[in-house]
Amino acid sequence: MENLEQLVQDGLNAVESADSLQALDQIRVEYLGKKGVITQQAKTLGKLSPEERPAAGQKINEAKGQVEQAINARRTGLEKAAIEAKLASESIDVTLPGRGQDLGGLHPVTRTLQRVEEFFARAGYTVEQGPEIEDDYHNFEALNIPGHHPARAMHDTFYFNPGTVLRTHTSPVQIRTMEAGKPPFRMICPGRVYRCDSDMTHTPMFHQVEGLLVEKNVSFADLKSTVEEFLRVFFERDLQVRFRPSYFPFTEPSAEVDIEWGREADGSIKWLEVMGCGMVHPKVFEHCGIDSEEYRGFAFGLGVERLAMLRYGVNDLRMFFDNDLRFLRQFR
Amino acid sequence: MKFSEQWLREWVNPEIGTQELMDQITMAGLEVDGFEPVAGDFTGIVVGEVQSVEAHPDADKLRVCQVSDGSNVVQVVCGAPNVRQGLKVPFAVVGAVLPGNFKIKKAKLRGQPSEGMLCSESELGLSDNHDGLMELPADAPVGQAVAEYLKLNDVTIDVDLTPNRSDCLSIKGIAREVGVLNSTQVESPVIEAVDAVHSEVPDIRIEAPAGCPRYLGRVLRNVNIQAQTPLWMKEKLRRSGIRSIDPAVDVTNYVLLELGQPMHAFDRDELKGGIVVRMASQGEKLVLLDGQEVELTEQTLIIADHEKPVAIAGVMGGEHSGVSTKTRDLVLEAAYFDPIILAGKARHYGLHTDASHRFERGVDYKLARDAMERATRLLMDIVGGEPGEVVEVVSEEDLPADKLVQLRAKRLTDVLGLEIDRTTVEEILTRLGLHVEKLLKDGWEISVPSFRPDISIEEDLIEEVGRIYGYNNLPVTEPNGSLGLRPREEATRPVSAIRNFFVDNGYQEAITYSFVDPKIQKLVDPENEGIALANPISSDLSVMRTSLWSGLLKTVAYNQNRQQPRIRLFETGLRFQQDGERIDQQPMLAGVVVGSQYPENWVNGRRTADFFDVKGDLESLFRVLGIEIQFVGSQHPALHPGQTAELLRDGEHVGWLGTLHPQVQKNLELNGTILMFELFLNSIVTGYVPNFKEISKFPEVRRDLAIITGSEVAFAEVERVARKHAGEHLTALRAFDVYEGESLGEGNRSLALSLFWQHPERTLNEDEVHSLFNGVIDALKEELGATLRS
Repeated sequence: MENLEQLVQDGLNAVESADSLQALDQIRVEYLGKKGVITQQAKTLGKLSPEERPAAGQKINEAKGQVEQAINARRTGLEKAAIEAKLASESIDVTLPGRGQDLGGLHPVTRTLQRVEEFFARAGYTVEQGPEIEDDYHNFEALNIPGHHPARAMHDTFYFNPGTVLRTHTSPVQIRTMEAGKPPFRMICPGRVYRCDSDMTHTPMFHQVEGLLVEKNVSFADLKSTVEEFLRVFFERDLQVRFRPSYFPFTEPSAEVDIEWGREADGSIKWLEVMGCGMVHPKVFEHCGIDSEEYRGFAFGLGVERLAMLRYGVNDLRMFFDNDLRFLRQFR
Repeated sequence: MKFSEQWLREWVNPEIGTQELMDQITMAGLEVDGFEPVAGDFTGIVVGEVQSVEAHPDADKLRVCQVSDGSNVVQVVCGAPNVRQGLKVPFAVVGAVLPGNFKIKKAKLRGQPSEGMLCSESELGLSDNHDGLMELPADAPVGQAVAEYLKLNDVTIDVDLTPNRSDCLSIKGIAREVGVLNSTQVESPVIEAVDAVHSEVPDIRIEAPAGCPRYLGRVLRNVNIQAQTPLWMKEKLRRSGIRSIDPAVDVTNYVLLELGQPMHAFDRDELKGGIVVRMASQGEKLVLLDGQEVELTEQTLIIADHEKPVAIAGVMGGEHSGVSTKTRDLVLEAAYFDPIILAGKARHYGLHTDASHRFERGVDYKLARDAMERATRLLMDIVGGEPGEVVEVVSEEDLPADKLVQLRAKRLTDVLGLEIDRTTVEEILTRLGLHVEKLLKDGWEISVPSFRPDISIEEDLIEEVGRIYGYNNLPVTEPNGSLGLRPREEATRPVSAIRNFFVDNGYQEAITYSFVDPKIQKLVDPENEGIALANPISSDLSVMRTSLWSGLLKTVAYNQNRQQPRIRLFETGLRFQQDGERIDQQPMLAGVVVGSQYPENWVNGRRTADFFDVKGDLESLFRVLGIEIQFVGSQHPALHPGQTAELLRDGEHVGWLGTLHPQVQKNLELNGTILMFELFLNSIVTGYVPNFKEISKFPEVRRDLAIITGSEVAFAEVERVARKHAGEHLTALRAFDVYEGESLGEGNRSLALSLFWQHPERTLNEDEVHSLFNGVIDALKEELGATLRS
């Protein structure tokens, strides 16, 4: 029994010098396993008298406990060190950029169109589409622009043959919608339109949104609220809006809509034309088989590129169709 | 139309400033496009009189003049050719400041002292004319400030009139509007008939009364065409944008501006026999006043004499019959020509004149006689002469009918959204020159004057009332809705969802022109002839696209030329194809990818995007849309023959995916491997609405196999055969390795597959799976000649 203390001391030394969990486990087996040197001491108990045994047994248990405690402490220490070493080895430069696919972007015209559509969709308007190669009837005649009409000179029309044109505005979709359905109507038609004109401020293709509302009881005052509200929502500003008498063959009365856009040198409001609108002309209703005594309507049309230019500060219309990535990427 | 503010104010002179006046007419619908002062900004210029002119001792072209400024006589050296004794000229005295802040100081010119400067029109900012000194009338008061003498405190206002407002193409018409807007009296000049002093009348015959329902002519004999147009008239014309030519032209232009009636003056001696208004014979020729010879068509209304055409009616006179310096006797014309017959005629001959502009929009059909008398008086005041009777040939039934239009008070209120009191309505209409013929129980019966061809229905009157009352004085109300919500099909995804998918996957949206370069299109889609525009803007934008690829590839070139190597674009829009009689306009979705698959990064950013990258994007899209698409190896003229897939949905063609054919790429001068796809939007937007199935509680079994087949055996074939024999409980089949290499032998390929089975209601036993798996292997061996890879 004298060497029990020595064994414990040896065990504690071995634990102290163990430098891995594996070595530590070996030490545990060596000292405390079934055949461990301290466990084996229990066999010596048989040689002792029954009176001596309990005290001796307790000593052995104390010795085991001492070594086991040391092993556990050492294990905790080694585990912590192992984790720390792992963490240290796994550290990365978090400032390096992430990887993966880049983000694309919507064309600014589409982006603008979506905002326009969203506004009117919330107000219950449907989105309609129509052909871009259009017949003379829908592009002109049905909109009260007969062949000799001077307003045709306002539209520099692309022709395929005398009866077939590239639509000069989205207004023919009004006609097609009214022909196909029954009033009431609330619709907008966004889309490409074409004019035979190309210079600093004109591209031969551009986008319009046409709007139409037909109800039994609708007035110019209702048109005003619709247009004003739209412009304030679109520009996210409480800007001043004014309605200036104008002329479109398919509306009567007709108006151009100006918005407040900065100030003139003398401090007066600088007005900018952004839309056209008016009450649907009875001739247009007649062409669509709608009784203008029963129904009235208003229509409006706006140029999408113009709105996009104002909204995003684009200063050259032609950039919209160059599709220069350095331009497009600014609208993602 | 341009006009002088001062001239307008002779007719109507409300107590408002220039800016307010312009704002006012703009807000009445006559949009002011701009304005400019009628002269430059100057001070110190007075009416001077040249008292003597002597040669300069040391310069051939200079003269030494003594000039009076009204109080002093000073010496001025002048180089103008028209300087002469007695001439009245604008005289800039020492201390004067000319436009451009040019100060006049005492100077010496070639040794001779000069105190001041004699001025040309251009030096005063009146015109570009710097040929010589501006000559003032002999009665100009010496010493008076020129600005005051010429009444230069005036602006030229330019109004951009909408085509319906032909009535405002004159001072008279604009004055009427200003009068209404300010409730101010309008003063018009008194027009009296000029008595004939001889009996010579023009012989006028109208053979085309529908085109010319009214024609007036008058002979004015023995005129002095050399007489000078008075300065006041020249100035009014100049300030309205018209150059002075000779008294006859000036007077007709003056009447055109003042009253809105285009007129013409012929040299009587050049008219052979008399005037005939008729349609031209095909091929007849006429040399116009601008020197251009035109070949007339049968649709053209002309003025002819008994031998030849002398004018295109309502557009431009002929050179030969026009007034010249030798003219002694004139025939004046004032007529009403039908707007429909004249429509487009000027443009057909490449012309646009002040006359055609007005006749096409509709001239007051009752104006011709007043205009004739006015012009006669003004002309005789300048050139003298002896007037004859006015001959008027008229076809009443071809003149526009006088119109009566009813206006209901309730309709007015309903349309404008405001009840306007009856006296206000009547006041507005009356001042506009409309006459209330009858008061009706619920409104008015209005007769429309001959100068308002644009008013023919009730809405036109409503607009007039609204416009003058002020659109901005009308209320703002929310429209009432009687419209229910429209259903939207859940299975059909909006195009915006597709756009967002591509944006999220690194594609930039492009919008390219719908008309493209036929040369590019021929390369991209050689089998389809694009529909050609009759009047393209340029040859590279002359046919309608049959595929969105033409525009996208042009965009690739544009960006590659600007150091953009990595390009991922998509576009949606119509493509156009002739389909027998009809034109097929189909919405398409197309894309193009070139350059590295990922933006260059620090790990692996340089890998070039390939077919399977783009295919993967499309497969993800199809999952988003909830549709099943088969990719079948195929051929397309623009695509690489070994890297082309036709896309099918339930056996129907929906589009293409492939690599641009290297030859096409070379022809288009593009760089890199270019992947392209194009799909019919309508074929892919509708998927399905999810339908819940019970989740199986039983384990899934996986079996892997690797087979070797000929390289020509498509994965799709292997999949088809495997699925056919794998039974109904196969839940998935995936390829997890593809290998070609020398060890397999030339023309062979190894394909590793994993198959997954799961039964909804029980655990599949080993034997079942084993037998299905072996069945698949046997089928692959038998049907495709596959061997198991050991």
